[in-house]
Order: sequence, then C-alpha cells, then structure tokens
Amino acid sequence: MSGEPLLKVSGVETYYGNIRALAGVDIDVKKGEIVSLIGANGAGKSTLMMTICGSPQARHGSVEFDGRDITRVPTHEIARLRIAQSPEGRRIFPRMTVYENLQMGAGLDNLKYFQEDVEKIFALFPRLRERQSQRGGTLSGGEQQMLSIGRALMARPKLLLLDEPSLGLAPLIVKQIFEAIKILNEKEGLTVFLVEQNAFAALKLSHRAYVMVNGRVTMSGSGKELLANPEVRAAYLEGGRH
Amino acid sequence: MANSPVTTSEDSSGLMAKAIKEGLFAGLLAFGMFLLYVGIETYQNIDNKLVWRTRWGLLAIFVIASALGRFLVVGFIKPHIDRRKLAKAKAGIPEISSEKGFFHTHFLKIALVALVLYPPLAIMLSGVQGSLKFVDNFGIQILIYVMLAWGLNVVVGLAGLLDLGYVAFYAVGAYSYALLSDQFGLSFWILLPLAGILAAFWGIILGFPVLRLRGDYLAIVTLAFGEIIRLVLMNWTEVTGGTAGISGIAKASVFGIYSFDVGAPNNFAKAFGLPMSSAYYKIFLFYVILGLCMLTAYVTMKLRRMPIGRAWEALREDEIACRSLGIDTVKTKLTAFAIGAMFGGFAGSFFAARQGFVSPESFVFLESAVILAVVVLGGMGSLTGIAVAAIVMVGGTELLREMEFLKHVFGDDFTPELYRMLIFGLAMVVVMLFKPRGFVGSREPTAFLKERKAVSGSFTKEGHG
Repeated sequence: MSGEPLLKVSGVETYYGNIRALAGVDIDVKKGEIVSLIGANGAGKSTLMMTICGSPQARHGSVEFDGRDITRVPTHEIARLRIAQSPEGRRIFPRMTVYENLQMGAGLDNLKYFQEDVEKIFALFPRLRERQSQRGGTLSGGEQQMLSIGRALMARPKLLLLDEPSLGLAPLIVKQIFEAIKILNEKEGLTVFLVEQNAFAALKLSHRAYVMVNGRVTMSGSGKELLANPEVRAAYLEGGRH
Repeated sequence: MANSPVTTSEDSSGLMAKAIKEGLFAGLLAFGMFLLYVGIETYQNIDNKLVWRTRWGLLAIFVIASALGRFLVVGFIKPHIDRRKLAKAKAGIPEISSEKGFFHTHFLKIALVALVLYPPLAIMLSGVQGSLKFVDNFGIQILIYVMLAWGLNVVVGLAGLLDLGYVAFYAVGAYSYALLSDQFGLSFWILLPLAGILAAFWGIILGFPVLRLRGDYLAIVTLAFGEIIRLVLMNWTEVTGGTAGISGIAKASVFGIYSFDVGAPNNFAKAFGLPMSSAYYKIFLFYVILGLCMLTAYVTMKLRRMPIGRAWEALREDEIACRSLGIDTVKTKLTAFAIGAMFGGFAGSFFAARQGFVSPESFVFLESAVILAVVVLGGMGSLTGIAVAAIVMVGGTELLREMEFLKHVFGDDFTPELYRMLIFGLAMVVVMLFKPRGFVGSREPTAFLKERKAVSGSFTKEGHG
C-alpha cells in the first residue's frame, strides 16, 4: 500500500465552456487502496471522475496513470489502459440482457476470460445470475448498480472508478454493494476510487479520503480521521443526507 | 391491472352509451376534417377555369366509416382486449414464453422456401406473361424495400442513428451502375460490388461531419444530405442527364453466360427454346434480389454476434457508457454508416438494372420516409418484423392499384392509388397504437448462458439518447 501512486491527479483544472468546475485538484490513489471523495452537490466530484476518464479533458494540470500521462488520451483508450468506470446514473444498456451487458464489459480482451470472469461476478452478486437473461432496463435500481459494477469489473481493471454507487438505493442494498467493494479490495487487491454523497458509508469503507468543496480539495486524511473530524461531521455527517 | 375496470353485464349498457357517444363524436370530427378535403372537389372545366363541385356521398361514407369504426372500437374491440389482458394477468402467464410452435421455430425456412417457389407458382397460376405482375410488381418491388429497410436497419435499428437521407445511398448505387455501365460497358456483376463500395464511401463521407450529432440534429443533417445528393443529380446535367435521367441502362446477365437482350445470340429464351417474353428477365431479377436480401440478412445476423455488432447496439443504448468501456465510438458509427450505405448501394444498382432508367425523381425524401417507416413499423432491429412491414406497406400500396371493385362502391372516377398516402398514414397510426414497438418488438439476445429466451419488449423502457 505504499510506493508510487497508481493514479496521480495534479493541479487539474476543468472547464465547462467558461465555467471552471475544477480549480486545481491534487489527488493520488495508490495500488490496493480504496480512496473516496466526498462533497456536496455541485462540488465537482463527478467532474473529477469524468476528467480522469478524459471526457471532458483537463485544461490545465495532468492526470497520470501507472506512470503514463493520460491527460490528453481519448476516453476509449483510457478505458483500454484498464481504468474501468461505473458511471453516475449507472448507464447500463437497458435493452440488452444482463448477460450481454456483462459481455460488453469484457470487450477489451475480446471475451477471452469471459466465462471465468462472469462466474466471479455471479458469485459476487448472485442476483445477477438469477436475472441474467432479463433486460437491463427491467432490473431494480440496486440490481442495475450491481450490473454496472459487474460490467466494469469484466474489463479486469487495475483501477475501478465508482461514481455514487449508493445513489437512490435502499440502505440494505447500499450495504451489500459496499460489502462487495470491500471484498474485491481485500481479496483481489483491487484499487478503488469512489465518489460518494453518502459520506458515512464511504469514509468507513475507505483507507483514505478527500473532501471537495467548490472544485477544490479542502481536506484529506484517513477514513477514520475524517470521520472524527468535527468539520466533516458538521458538514456531511450530521444533519446532512446519509 | 387494478385500474382497468372489469366489464360485467351491469355496466354494459353504460358502455354502449359511451360507445355511441364516442362514435358520434368521431363522426363529427371526421365531418369537420374531411368537409373541405373530400366533400368539395376542384377541377378544371372545358374553359380551363377552376370550378368546384360537391361530393356529399363520398363524404358521408368517410363520416359513417369513422363513426362506425370508433363505435366498434370502444364498444367491442377494446373491452375484448381488456378482458383478454385481464384473463392473462389472472392466469399468470408470463409474456416470455419459451415454447414456440412449429411454425414459429421454422419460420425462416418456411419463408425462404415459399419465396423460392413463388415465381414458378405465379407462372403456374397465371401463365408466363401473367406472372409478370406478381413477380415484378409484388415480388421484386417488395424485396427491394426489404433490402433497403434491412440496410437502414443497421444504421437506425442497431446503431440507433436516425438517418432520414438513406435514399441518397440508394441513388449513389443506382447512378454508379447507370453511369459506369453506360461509360465503360462494365457488367452488372462487376458493378454491383463497386456500387456497394462507392455507396459505403459516401456513407463514411456523411458519417464524418455528423459524428458529434445525435437524435434530432443528426436527423436534420442526414435529411439535408439526402436532398443535396438529389439536387446534385438534378443539376449536374452534363454527367447525370439532369431531370431527364439516364435511360437505356444495360440489363443484368446470368453471370455473362446468358443475356436478356433481345438481339443477343446468347439470349436466355432462345438458348432454352422458350417463347420470347420479358417475364424471364423479371424472374431472374427476382432471384437476384432474393439472393441480395439473403446476403443482407446473413451479414446483419453475423455482425450482430461480432464485437462490432455488439458495439452498435451498445452505442444505441448509451454512448457515454460505450466510451467508458473502451469502445471507439467514431469507428463504430462510421462502420454502421458505411455498411448501411453499402446495402443501399447494392439495392440501388439492382434498381437501375431492373428499371433500365434512373432519374432524380426516384430518390425523393418520400422514399427515405417510407423506408424508415418500414423499419420502425417492423420493430427496430428485427429482421423478420421489417420484412413483414415491407410486405404490408409496399405490398399494400401495390394491392390498392388492383382494387378495381372499389369503383363500384365509390363511383367510377374513384382511383384507389390516390388514397395511398392516406391509408399508409392510417395504417401507421393504427400499428403504432396497438404495437408501439413495431410488429416484432422483442429483441433476440445475441448471447445467453443456457437457453435462448426472447425478451418481450413491453417490459422495458426505451433507451434514451
């Protein structure tokens, strides 16, 4: 859990037209870590996530992955470097079956490890096995989130980006999903970068975390430290939504 | 199902009252709508003056038909459908049925055999000369649209890119064959693939500027593209012959062995000692277009199971998700445009060989609209559904020409063809009301673990974007 960071974001500024959404963000994620990013609506969390994936690209600063500068690399090629993403709003393919959705995730290796990996996903999320020949759009929200994560995992990622996996889900399902992330991290050493509004669950899960306000990182530390931090507690844990 | 009322004998009188009320209202509405269109007719008299006369009888038929239709729908058809739905829901029969009848499982084979046997059957039933109508007007005409719609299906149905200018590629194919065979005397079988390649090339040319566009914006640009091609064909008189078009286009031959030119020594009819007739050429063309359709279907089905086909379907569902899964959306879109255009090009060169004459008039926007309508009515992405839709829409309009008996109903000056578009529109509205996803709304999955199940369309929401 030490050494060179797998993902290094330095001084990134991202604009939507003339509006600056990220005002110089520095973040790093080391191999085998779960790092989370918490913050209020509109703080720029999802923008950072999308900037890592190159859509939109950062105007200033750099994004490095595995020692390679990927700031100007097109999105689909970033995905080929094994950065898998479960995007905000899940974005599964609604008219394709669960099985086909998973197949889409394994496209990078042209389905070479498909059988092996799909069993792993089904073991992790048994609900998906039951639903495999059902259309993605017919799944419940929680199942769709599982599918979205499962699809991302099919790409055998080195880094998994999760954008608000708990959005709109029942607490019990959130628990299941976070449990699955924990298992993946502990058993397979998967590196996870997590964006969350549900600060409590995210901080409990994470090794380290960043707090984002208005396009800047204002605080960082271990998950436990931030959980105990009175400012964080006031802003994100007590009285806020979680 | 809680909110759909069960109709019992108690409220059936209320239902009748409702049906009568709605029927009268529909009649009134029809009266208002058709009063000026149908009730009054303008024509030129001997002095070349525009005068008008009334057609109350015809108007009455329109009004009565709509009133009666609405009455029947509200009073009988709708309660019947509701009852059936309710019975289904009560019995708990899922809409996914894994058991299929013999006809269903062997549908493709049966259809193919029927198509192969169609021309001999037509000859048997109505003689060599009489078969012309069936083979040419119905057979070839419908199959051309099947092929065009299957080609457009790649772009619209699979990749989800709304293309309103598809007829442009049809035109490119037709003119490629017409010009190249005219100028260089190349044969149909050399020019067929060449026309496909040229059309694919134009597909890519169209693809580049519209890469960033989606939905409505894409539709407008493709619409403009179709018009540009047509206007170029119309105005580039030195090359394309302008509005007069190109005539005397060479016929296709049986791979150079037999010719269908009347004077040629290797004429098909002469070689086999048959009486001279243009029917043989049409029958030959029927098999050619049947072969082309099969090729289109085969390629489409194969591609759907390949990474590129999966990428098309994923692109239709969600472009952002595609990119985050490492799919090159630029390449994916361009191949969809190119392959769709290629099939259009094939159909175009076939059209030119069949017609012997091409002019810009054959490639108007209405053609694009009809092809798109066939794709949508058939159920986007479903080859079978599209074929059925083509038979219904194209065959239906051809059938209208045959409906001489209608003259006895509406009077001698009634020409059923004139109502083609009205009926076309009506049919579309009806299909979209009862089958909003087209004839075949379910989508056959390309991958499955144990058994294949058709997934009913009615369960899912449309993918957005």
